[in-house]
Parts: sequence; C-alpha cells; structure tokens
Amino acid sequence: MMKSMTKKQKNLLFRIIAAVVLMAVLTLLPLKEYPILRFVLFLIPYFTVGHDILRKALKGIRNKQVFDENFLMAAATVGAMALGEYTEGVAVMLFYQIGELFQSYAVGKSRKNISELMDIRPDYANLETEDGVEEADPDDVEVGSIIFIKPGERVPIDGVIVEGTSTLDTAALTGESLPRDVAAGQEILSGSINLSGLLRVQTTKEFEESTASRILDLVENAGTRKAKSEQFISKFARWYTPAVCYSALALAILGPLFNMLFFHVPGSWALWSDWIYRALTFLVISCPCAIVVSIPLTFFGGIGGAGSKGILIKGSNFMETLANVRTVVFDKTGTLTKGNFVVTRICPAKPVNSSADEAADRLLEYAALAESYSSHPISRSLKEAWHKRLEESGQTIADTAARVGDTEEISGKGVITEVDGSRIGAGNLQLMQDLGAIITEENDHSDVEIGTIVHVCKGSEYLGHIVIADEIKPNAAEAIGDLGRSGVTRTVMLTGDAEAIASRVAEKLGIDEYHAGLLPADKVARLEKLLDEMGGNGNTGSSAKDDISAKNSSSGKTGKKGSLAFVGDGINDAPVLSRADIGIAMGALGSDAAIEAADVVLMDDDPMKISRAIRLARKCIRIVNENIWFAIGVKLACLLLGALGIANMWLAIFADVGVMVLCVLNAIRALV
Amino acid sequence: MKKTYKIDVDCANCANKMEEATKKTPGVKDAAVNFMALKMKVEFEDGADVDSVMQKVIENCKIVEDDCQIFL
Repeated sequence: MMKSMTKKQKNLLFRIIAAVVLMAVLTLLPLKEYPILRFVLFLIPYFTVGHDILRKALKGIRNKQVFDENFLMAAATVGAMALGEYTEGVAVMLFYQIGELFQSYAVGKSRKNISELMDIRPDYANLETEDGVEEADPDDVEVGSIIFIKPGERVPIDGVIVEGTSTLDTAALTGESLPRDVAAGQEILSGSINLSGLLRVQTTKEFEESTASRILDLVENAGTRKAKSEQFISKFARWYTPAVCYSALALAILGPLFNMLFFHVPGSWALWSDWIYRALTFLVISCPCAIVVSIPLTFFGGIGGAGSKGILIKGSNFMETLANVRTVVFDKTGTLTKGNFVVTRICPAKPVNSSADEAADRLLEYAALAESYSSHPISRSLKEAWHKRLEESGQTIADTAARVGDTEEISGKGVITEVDGSRIGAGNLQLMQDLGAIITEENDHSDVEIGTIVHVCKGSEYLGHIVIADEIKPNAAEAIGDLGRSGVTRTVMLTGDAEAIASRVAEKLGIDEYHAGLLPADKVARLEKLLDEMGGNGNTGSSAKDDISAKNSSSGKTGKKGSLAFVGDGINDAPVLSRADIGIAMGALGSDAAIEAADVVLMDDDPMKISRAIRLARKCIRIVNENIWFAIGVKLACLLLGALGIANMWLAIFADVGVMVLCVLNAIRALV
Repeated sequence: MKKTYKIDVDCANCANKMEEATKKTPGVKDAAVNFMALKMKVEFEDGADVDSVMQKVIENCKIVEDDCQIFL
C-alpha cells in the first residue's frame, strides 16, 4: 500500500502518525497545571497535521475565495483551540486529514485500476525495415507499413494480415475471450492478443486511429460529459458551503440572543461559548467532500468497468439515460439477425422450353449478374450462391464483366441491369410492377415464403423468384427475454424487410411491436412517433450531444416515462441513433461511422450485451443515488443534532469522514 | 476550436471550481473538466488567441485553487 502512494500522500501519512503520537503523549502528561504550556504544546500536533490547511485557508481569503473546505476546517479548529478544547481541535484537523488521505488514495487507486484494466495498447511495434525487424514506437509507424506480431504479443495497430495464421484473443475489445481464428487477408484490430502463430500484418491505420486507441479515448473522455447528478452535486456544493457557514454564524449569534431574550437565560461566557461551540460543530459537518468526490468516482468506475467488458459508454450522462431505458427499439438486420442472407429456395416461373434445373440455374445466373455492382447483403448472397452452383457443376465464371452493362440501383425496390443485351430487373414486387412483369398466381408464393424474395424479370417476362433468408441470431430470443428483467417494458422492431418476415421474426423473439417495410427516412419518423408516445418529446437532437459540457443532457425531457434506446449495427442507422435518447451500436468492431453516431458502443454483436449494459448502468446509478441520499441524509441529521447541542465535534468529524469513507467504498463497487 | 489539456488537481470540488473559472475566462466558449482522468477540454471563441487565453485561464484557476496545474 505504501508503494502506491505519491510523495504528497506519504508526507501526509507521516504527519498524521506524528500528530497521533504527539497527541497521545500530551494527553498522558499532567499538564492541567500549566495552561499556557499546555496550549503551546498542543499547537505542535495541531500545526504538524494542519499547517497546509491553514495556509490554504489564508490564501483563499486573500484571493476572495472564502468559502471552501480549508476555511471551514480552519475556522472550526481555530475556534475550538480558542475555546480551550485542544484535543478536539487537533482531533478534528487530524480526522479531516485522514479523510483527505483516504480520498486521495482511493481516487489514485481507482485511476490505476482502470488504466490497468484498459492497458490494451502495447508501446512498441515490430516494424519490418530494410535492415530487418526492429522495435519501433507505434506512433512512428506509417500506414501501409509491415509489422510482425509474435505469439503472445498484443496487436499495436489495426491492419490486414499479409502472411500467417493464428488465433486471436479479442477480450480487450469485446469482453469475451472466445478465440478467433484468423488467416491472411483478414482484418486484425489493435488491442487483441495474438495467441498462436507469427503474423505479418500491413497496417491500415495510424496508432492513434487504431481501435485500441479509440476505445481508450472514448473511456477517458466519457468523464467529461457530466451526468445530471454530477451537475446537481456541483451546484449543491456551491450553495451548501456558504449556506452552512452563514447558518453557523446565525447559530453563534442568534442562539444566545434568543435564549437571553425569550428564555431569560443570563448572558454569560458559558452561554456564548456553548453556542459558539455548536456553530463550530456546524462548520465541521458542513464539508461536502463526501458526495463531491464519490459521485465522479462512481461514474468513473462504472464507465471503466463497462469498457473492460466491451461496452463503451461515451459519457456519464448516457449512463444515466441508459439506466432509465424502458423502451428498446431494434433494427432487424444485423442486430437481431446475423445479416448473412443465404439463398434458400430458387423458384423459377413455369419453364417453357428447358428443364426445371436449367431454369433455376438461369434464374440464379441472371439475378447474380444483375446484382454485380451492388454491395447489398442480398446481392452478395445471390452472387455467392451462383458461384457455388458453378463450382459444383464444374464450370468456371466466364468473363461476366462483358455481359453486364448499365446498372441502376433503386432504393427500396431493387436493381435494373442490362445483361446480355436484355433488361433484367431483380427486386421486390414493386419493381416488377414498375417494369410491367406480371406475376401469375401460381408463381406468387409471397404469402408462404418466409424470407426476402427477390423477383427477377427479363424485359417484362417474369422469370421467377429466389428466397433469401436472414438467420436469426442464436441468443436473440434469450436477449429479448433478458431485457424484461432489466426493466425494459416495451420492445419494438423496425425493418425495411417485408411484413411477413418481420411478423415471423417478432413472433419468434417475443417482441411487442414491429414495423416493416420502412425506408431509412421512415425509421426516423417512426422513432419520433414512439418518442411522442412516451410523452414529452423535447427536441434536443444531436447538437446537444456535441456540447462538451452537456448543458442540455439528453435525458432532460420532462414528464417522460423512461428513455428510449435504439439498437442498430450502425452502418446506415446514424440518424436514428442520434435521434433516440440512447443510440446503441452493436458489432462495431472497426466501424468508424457507428462509433461516431452512437452513444453506447457494444464491441461485439451479441444481443445479450444490451441487457447487460442496461443492468450495469442501473447498478451504477443506484450506487450514485445511495451515496447522495446517505451523505446528505446523515449530514442534515448531524446538523440538526449539532444545532441542538447533542452532537459534539467528535461526532461531527466522525460523521463527516465516516460518511466519506463509506461513500468512496460504495463507489468502488461500481468497478466490480 | 477545441483543445484537451492534461491537468493536476487534488479534489473533485477543486476540479469543479477550475471548470467554473475557466468558463468565465474571456476567450473561452465552453470548458469541461474530467477529474478522474485529469483532463480539461476547452472550446475557444472564434479568433481567440489560444496561448494568451490559456495563460489567463491558468491565472484564474490558481485564484480558486492554488494547488492546481494545467500542462500546456
């Protein structure tokens, strides 16, 4: 414990011990006969333990910053010494300093714990140069350089594997240590640990821009965005201290006067000193240090602890909003489902002059070619399925580029491409209607098929349809159920997919409400509506979230029943993420856009993390509230007792320091 | 323009006082102190001279909290 103390702290500790020893000695000596000597001797431990407090108090008065902790302690103890209560004077100063030491130690330890927990960045990189491999400062490694990562080392910079196979431990990024197999051509992110094989990696980002650095940045800066309770405490402390000081003054003066006038108590030194003593006790209790330090400490622990579990909360204010979440809105694709569309059925229209198999092949081929230039997950699965078909039948992909001409992608409908000279349309029913392709009843299985249906037409001849299904994530249902246990009362799913699929998915997962067929703009509108339904839709928008002092904290909507969270994979959810009270981006490993737009970033794509994040936030806020109520409650009680003359300075200082110690210890719980 | 500075301050209340003092300094649009991470983020007014404003900020902070430090 001694090793982790700073010089300042060690110095204080010695002074405290010295003062205690001196005090013990002095109380044992028979000094009652020599009041002046006694006074002088007691000054020694007093100044030993309290000289810096007195100095700061004087400086404060000189700088016109009168009302601070140092002044309170100075006034209280000087007063006590003047009243002849030497042991109490020294004791108050002593316990105050013990409290300060404890607080300083706890804060330092907490900072150290978090930085160890988040120690995910190595401070060197094995850079490949003309002279071989040398150790370099990661900051100096340029984008596109080749670095080596040996087994057991941490990855310093984001990059792509050029050579080698290995398994990675991505615990630092996701909070789970499920090893991930990697090979050449795959992306590798900084912060992961290379487990088994030597890897040769070409960097794609600079050190500061790599994932691990960005995570650290987020966690560190999260404390800058203050929670509402933190702002409340600051305001409270500013008001509390002068209020108590004036009350003390009033107590000292009005108390005796009151008694003399109304109760005809004779004015005497005893009367005055009794009330002055009570006033001094007031001053001792008036220190707000307990709450002022424990609240930021709690949030710090909460955010740091969450960070180590792969849950990045970008501000203390978001911690509060997250804890109040009652409604969770999900994007379907990529969030509740894997987003890995797979071709499940190929249904060609009644073939005229070829076998069913050939027609199916042709259908798939046309569909895949039509989607050549699209990067939509649906087109990817079509192309993959087609490539597989070709491989199976031993064919090779002829030069497709030549066959594919102009292409036009129409948002919400599909794609129209020129293939082999004909106009091929691949998309939904709307597109077929637009292109004049008529789907006969026997071909229309839309009500039976569950999945995304891609209809294909050539010219205006309907060729058939292909069913592509998006797999639901294995623990999605469990995750939704778990949300209920975390205080969420309503779940909503938004998707651009068809009604039939949305309905089935919602049913399977137990989601309360769903809205299908939504274009991106519709999703925002729908979210607005949901916010309205919750009552009191204040318009904070995304600008408030950029304020560095977060004056308009995003949960400042009056009369609203809880907050609304939106969970998406971030790729095209930016407007919805910013509009929601809490925007949660999932599976954001490496996605810059998501990290920017969201308020909470879940580093992996496990939906269980959502309820985990909410529970974590609730625990943190619970601790904050416990501390606030406890500290203020005990303080007010002591003030009352002090005013009534029941509490003496010993009790006062014990209460003060005791409350602070308890609050700080409680705050550290947020880290676990 | 926004800049982040490393700071040293002993107690959470002092950090709050620093933040107040910084916000009141002419040339500063907004400021936020992160006590636990020992960082201060300052947003400057358009056209403000960063160096001279920060000198004033340090002065103002020293008045409210003698023991604090801002590393420029």
